[in-house]
Amino acid sequence: MSELFEIDNLQIQARKEDGTPIPIVKGVSFDVKAGQVVALIGESGSGKSTISLATMAYCRPGLEFPGGEVRLHGKDVLSMAPLDQRALRGNNVAYLAQSAAATFNPAITIGEQVTEAAVLHGVLTQEEANKRAVALYHALELPEPERLGRRYPHQVSGGQLQRLMAAMALVSGPDLLVLDEPTTALDVTTQIEVLKAFKKVIQQEGSAAIYVTHDLAVVAQIADHIVVLYSGEIQEQGSADLIINHAKHPYTKRLMAAVKPTPTAGMGEAMDEQHERDVANIEVKNMTAGYGRVVNGKPEITVLRDINVKVKNSHVVGIIGESGCGKSTLARVMAGLLPAAKGEVILDGKKLAPDMKNRSQEELQKVQFVYQMADTALNPRQLVGEILGRPIEFYRGIKGKARREKVAELLRLVELPVEFEGRYPSELSGGQKQRVNLARSLAANPEVMLCDEVTSALDSIVSSNVIKLLKKLRDQTGVSFVFISHDLSTVGSFADEIVVLYAGRVVEQGPVDEVLAPPYHPYTRLLISSVPELRIGWLEDTMQKREMAVGIARGVEITDTGCPFFNRCPIAIDGVCDVDVVPVREPSKDHFIACHRTMDEIAEVEAAPQQVLHGFERAEPEGDKAARAH
Amino acid sequence: MTDVTQSTQAESDQEQTIYDELPDAPPKKKLKLSWTGKLGVAIVAFWVIMAVIGPWVAPFHEADIIADDSYLPPGSVTEGEGTHWVGSDYLERDIWSRILWGARMTVGISFVATLLAYMIGVTAGIAAAVKGGWIDMMLSRANDAILSLPTIMLGLLIVVALGSSIPILIATAAVIYASSVYRIARALGQDIMVMDYVESAQARGERIWWIIFREVLPNAVMPLATDFGLRLVFVVLFISSLSFLGLGIQPPAADWGSMVRQNLEGLQYGSLAPVWPALAIASFTIAINLIVDDISAKSGGDLARKMI
Repeated sequence: MSELFEIDNLQIQARKEDGTPIPIVKGVSFDVKAGQVVALIGESGSGKSTISLATMAYCRPGLEFPGGEVRLHGKDVLSMAPLDQRALRGNNVAYLAQSAAATFNPAITIGEQVTEAAVLHGVLTQEEANKRAVALYHALELPEPERLGRRYPHQVSGGQLQRLMAAMALVSGPDLLVLDEPTTALDVTTQIEVLKAFKKVIQQEGSAAIYVTHDLAVVAQIADHIVVLYSGEIQEQGSADLIINHAKHPYTKRLMAAVKPTPTAGMGEAMDEQHERDVANIEVKNMTAGYGRVVNGKPEITVLRDINVKVKNSHVVGIIGESGCGKSTLARVMAGLLPAAKGEVILDGKKLAPDMKNRSQEELQKVQFVYQMADTALNPRQLVGEILGRPIEFYRGIKGKARREKVAELLRLVELPVEFEGRYPSELSGGQKQRVNLARSLAANPEVMLCDEVTSALDSIVSSNVIKLLKKLRDQTGVSFVFISHDLSTVGSFADEIVVLYAGRVVEQGPVDEVLAPPYHPYTRLLISSVPELRIGWLEDTMQKREMAVGIARGVEITDTGCPFFNRCPIAIDGVCDVDVVPVREPSKDHFIACHRTMDEIAEVEAAPQQVLHGFERAEPEGDKAARAH
Repeated sequence: MTDVTQSTQAESDQEQTIYDELPDAPPKKKLKLSWTGKLGVAIVAFWVIMAVIGPWVAPFHEADIIADDSYLPPGSVTEGEGTHWVGSDYLERDIWSRILWGARMTVGISFVATLLAYMIGVTAGIAAAVKGGWIDMMLSRANDAILSLPTIMLGLLIVVALGSSIPILIATAAVIYASSVYRIARALGQDIMVMDYVESAQARGERIWWIIFREVLPNAVMPLATDFGLRLVFVVLFISSLSFLGLGIQPPAADWGSMVRQNLEGLQYGSLAPVWPALAIASFTIAINLIVDDISAKSGGDLARKMI
């Protein structure tokens, strides 16, 4: 056979205490041709990561290969001697783990780590490896390729680290590259940057790749062939075009339904006017917060600046922005977990103490914080019944049988079986843990729930189920939500109002249908354009756009003066945007955009995106003057 | 649609009944010991039982000068009395009986001392981690002072100053070993204090005792229990060392450490008399280590890292 890599009827199983086998992967077969990218798609628990590890004849402790073959160049790697398998790993088959931050050793320079495998396997000398690494940095469009190798991992951004991991895998020129969810943990804007670099470098190197993910929209951009997995079995496989455009299998259709839609006005279910009561339930006024010692109302490291956010009764306010923009800090300030340096937090018209230690029990009860990671938010040594029962007892003094009834009621509300009260968190799946996490906050009978990225750690199907649950809770309980996410489509489908944060400042804020419709703040525009569409060729089309060219390439720079988005903005005016205080414009009632450009100018850009590129070219003094003269 | 999944979740939405969320939770793990671990448990159980019933099953009294001669080889028979399975010691006493009697002293005293060390060390350590600030500062500096002194020297000093009695031995061992327990408990506590569930309990308004005993301590129990085994070994060795130097358990009471010292000169006559109590110490400490190793291997590198 001429195939580069074949998996033939692969089976992987675990064993119970008494030795009965539990099949994890049940006879999977597919092959990868040279230069081809094959995507394994499925949700967590579908066996996709287990299969991807099997490509290197590796399986996690406790698993075994009872049957099947994994052939590289026609040779079965599963039956090889361990020493030959070792020679294979990192050399013929390279593996890219999900988290770059966990892969790199913080104490060793990037260059040394990138070249290590190739030198260790004796494929290249250190010098050759260094040269090849620099060539790869160029191909991956990393900044300062010549000097990058001397930096340490903490000195580059998350997206850059992810690309460096690709460089690490590619240095020895592997025949097969295995990428395990390489973009799942990234922001949309970073995801595009990484995807684009991966695609380019895979084409350039001509190596075959297996791309593991749960996101069909990402797969559509990068894969030639798609394998859909569910519960360790192949449901459907075929060319990317076939699966994306003519999916037959119901499970594939379900995955497609879970793909996030492009955020547009009217996508959500914003609350009807008649339900509205115009009372600010929780409000943040002129708030500045950060970390370190506070001097004159200014902390050592300022994370948030002059924030004004109002959450009306029974409303959902979505807060979005890239990681590091301060969205979690905002929720932590509201909850009193991080005292603000300046400004006020007001609940029901009453000023709250900045630090939770000085808040009354009643105030604590009314504002509940829901953590992002259910794994760390639930005490592993407490039963679900105890986790949910404690707030009920603590705040409301309900004990014994009545408490158990309340717990059962809560479990039913979050759509979990009542028997779960006798389980430990480790006995639940990721989605179920997140439901318990939500239920614990609900147990306090709160007025405001602060949800910090509650769906980010979950895969698409589970996360859409959690969103469904949140919508139900909003309708049934009348609780106000602050919903933090870096995912604009999730926020768009759930929130009544949106606050867009960039580098600790509010750049746009208003009702959801206003924010998701023109005129956009240039940053909002960038975020919207970055959400991958379920369409082959979307990535190439998007990268043609002007906002991408500038916005994706550069990182966040925190400035004291002017507009924080200045260095990534396609329509920034040199000498104005980076210096002057940003004016806040109000194109319609309650809709605020902080931008130096007038609404007319922004509308003009929206109307004719490609032509305006030249008119607003940066670093062109005449153009800037002309623009300023307007 | 065939039923592909076995859902445990109550579904309200109809579409969810097809292709439900796959569970990704690992099956419940039970602590299962390997054969070395089981061997360890058996040996430890044997000595613990002997610590309780030793005097009743021992063929002779610990102080009986009963053999025909000193340093008799194993298996010697005294007419009308019985067999000395591992011989007799320098005072013509039966070594096997003395080992069985000594289990009570060595294992018992060590256990009580370790338990005491744990009560002091864990309470102070977790309190320091939870409270932080100046309480942490004071406790930690005082602890550093104790840790900086060599344990055996400090032990000798205390015993010489206060005299050698069982309560003093226990108290000395407890204080000395509480300092290393404190360090581990504090480190574990600090790790747990930054978990979201502890912050969540603080945000709920829970009091300090709830946080110490309901949130932090249950999550530190496994590593602490593993460490308890190791610490017990150190205390056994410590008490044995003191006895070997003549400052521990006083004659005629039998104790494994002092038995080694008293019979040391037997080696010159080709007797194995000091080897048997030494083997008893070794078997007990190695057995505990077997169990500890097995548990830490099962709970992964996480635990091993915390132990260092």
